[in-house]
Amino acid sequence: MGEKHIDELSGVETTGHEWDGITELNNPMPRWWLWTFYATIVWALAYTIAYPAWPLISSATTGVLGYSSRADVTNELAAAEAAKSTYVEAVKAKSVGEILADENLRQFATAAGSAAFKVNCIQCHGSGAQGSPGFPNLNDDEWLWGGNIEQIYTTIAHGVRFDGDEATHVSEMPAFAEILEPQQVNEVAAYVASLSGQADTPELVPAGAKVFADNCAACHGDNAKGNKEMGAPDLTDAIALYASGQTAIAQQVRHPKHGAMPAWGDRLGDVKVKELAIFVHSLGGGE
Amino acid sequence: MLDDREVERLEVEAVNSARTRQPLYTARQKVFPKRASGRFRQFKWLIMLITLGIYYLTPWLRWDRGPYAPDQAVLLDIANRRFYFFAIEIWPQEFFYVAGLLVMAGIGLFLVTSTVGRAWCGYTCPQTVWVDLFLVVERGIEGDRNARIKLDGAPWSFDKLWKRTAKHAIWLVIAVATGGAWIFYFADAPALLGAFVTGQAAPVAYITVAILTATTYAFGGLMREQVCTYMCPWPRIQAAMLDENSLTVTYNDWRGEPRSRHAKKAAAEGLSVGDCVDCNACVAVCPMGIDIRDGQQLECITCALCIDACDSVMDKIGKERGLISYATLADYQSNMAVATDPVTTAIDPKRVRDDKGKLNAAIAHFRLGRIFRPRTFVYAGAWSLIGFALLFALLSRDRLEVNVLHDRNPQLVRLSDGSIRNGYTVKLLNMVPEPRNFELSIEGLPGAAMSVVGMDLPESRSITVEAEPDKLKTIRVYVRQPRENLADGQSFKFIVVDKAGSETDSYVAKFNVPEAGR
Repeated sequence: MGEKHIDELSGVETTGHEWDGITELNNPMPRWWLWTFYATIVWALAYTIAYPAWPLISSATTGVLGYSSRADVTNELAAAEAAKSTYVEAVKAKSVGEILADENLRQFATAAGSAAFKVNCIQCHGSGAQGSPGFPNLNDDEWLWGGNIEQIYTTIAHGVRFDGDEATHVSEMPAFAEILEPQQVNEVAAYVASLSGQADTPELVPAGAKVFADNCAACHGDNAKGNKEMGAPDLTDAIALYASGQTAIAQQVRHPKHGAMPAWGDRLGDVKVKELAIFVHSLGGGE
Repeated sequence: MLDDREVERLEVEAVNSARTRQPLYTARQKVFPKRASGRFRQFKWLIMLITLGIYYLTPWLRWDRGPYAPDQAVLLDIANRRFYFFAIEIWPQEFFYVAGLLVMAGIGLFLVTSTVGRAWCGYTCPQTVWVDLFLVVERGIEGDRNARIKLDGAPWSFDKLWKRTAKHAIWLVIAVATGGAWIFYFADAPALLGAFVTGQAAPVAYITVAILTATTYAFGGLMREQVCTYMCPWPRIQAAMLDENSLTVTYNDWRGEPRSRHAKKAAAEGLSVGDCVDCNACVAVCPMGIDIRDGQQLECITCALCIDACDSVMDKIGKERGLISYATLADYQSNMAVATDPVTTAIDPKRVRDDKGKLNAAIAHFRLGRIFRPRTFVYAGAWSLIGFALLFALLSRDRLEVNVLHDRNPQLVRLSDGSIRNGYTVKLLNMVPEPRNFELSIEGLPGAAMSVVGMDLPESRSITVEAEPDKLKTIRVYVRQPRENLADGQSFKFIVVDKAGSETDSYVAKFNVPEAGR
């Protein structure tokens, strides 16, 4: 280097670099570009002072403006809570029946209940509330513990066969394998299956009817229509909680399965339970 | 033969002239267009009046649509996703009408360009119209071309200061009004104006006005012809759109050359000269700062002001108008063939005019028939076809629509009596600004009946739904079919009828049942 190379055509100094006869002009940076570059440096330094930036051993500088994205989220959540507080207060103050009668409130509660359902209920009842064997379908019009809005509310609040809640629904069907003779079990299974038109051995039905009257009618009723007070299902309809058919019924008579549901009242609070009740009631089977 | 009256010669050089051509990165050469007057200038004033009138006044036109819709004739209601154009109301899913209009605008541009060249650029392009408007202001304050050149070169003085301040101030007012008019298309104009001046309008309104003010001021006042030459893609595309039968502003050198500043002297010496007296009037009036005598150029927006300027000179020296005229390349070439000496290949004025100064009978400046040709008919045909198709679609379109979504989960529900229930979300589109009662019924699906969530009604095959004006009504419908009627693969129709009118729409839906054997 040392000596200056000047490009003849433009009169501009070159860097001295040359490729195949093409030399690189040493034009200075445009001023606007240079000042923008300096400005970004100043901006960056100021930013790291104003906002959280420099990592320390166990935390980071907080910045003189005290900004925190976590606080931002908290504020936004608080704002969202405040925005719906009128509805929430109304839900808190009113009974489920009153909420159901109020169009706006019902829509709010249905939407809120739908969200709560997706978090807390779909694990057993399914994302469409369609249930599965042993877990009731909430869309249909068969209710073990009653399908009007108050009954749904009570069931959700206190659960079914849930140890931690004194007001929980409790009922237990005895294991008839230890009470009835095997033949009697077959007879009563044939009778119960015949109620929904699916008996495999119709000749056993008359005998089964007698077994039923002696052993089952106390809970399931003389006409086998069930009893919602004690969660005894209606045995005459087309819906079966576990499985339908005479064999499955015989199995259930011998060693009954019993579903359980937690009490949600203490876990979610009264407002959420009301919203859930309104949502479940809206699924098509609400009475 | 030649008129003795002197024609003033103007000192002006085209900004892109080959003689003084500069590298691309040189600073802009200022253009000081001289005031022109004549037929085309008159026409352009009229076009300016109409286009600016449309732009500024349209948002203030009212159109009564009843109590449930805005009364602004043209309104792009983005917040509510409605577009109102006089009697037409467009919903977002009907926006293809606007797409159709854009296609028509494209083909229309082809049609116009292939027949009358860059008429869009020269007469109606907003850039041209606003530059014209800004030039009127400039000329009113600073004077015509010579005065402006003098002022521009003068040192700063009180006179220059106030003139420049006044000019830029008025430009800014026009720019603000331009940006201001734009936002009125998107909201109720009187209400928005009130909110705007009292500082109550939405930030986006102020931002939009600020951006459009800046662009109008910069494009119309400061950049002017550079927008057309350097920024606009259309001058580059239009080369592909023009052919030898398209009209362009043409310097008819077959009658102008050889040009002479001293025609009288030349005639006395027995030299044969053309009509062009080289007065530069055409260059001086050009808003693009070019010399049309150099031939058709990318910069030329065909504003035709040089025609006006030249015509007035031709009137003065007693020649026919049209030394610079609208002409097609084909006209030009056939005239050129007449004018050119086959031996010397130079233009010979004696071949153009006889001894009495009368033009050769084989010469015609412009033949109208040339612009009617298959190409223009195809464009016109395609343009009209799309136009009629859109019009037909618009006149026969539905103002009532029903859409149905089958529940995905659960697909079906078995009820205690063995019947099967399917759930549907039914969307009723009431696309007129008045409330209507619709009758929703089902056709097919024996034995089935429906119920609506939230409506305490007995199950029925037909229900009445109240729809709010200009709104989408969504209802959840359960359809239940008794056990004895169940069958695989059934479909049925949701039919919706306007109870007060005759409008109707339907939707074919599926009814799902459990698989056989379950």
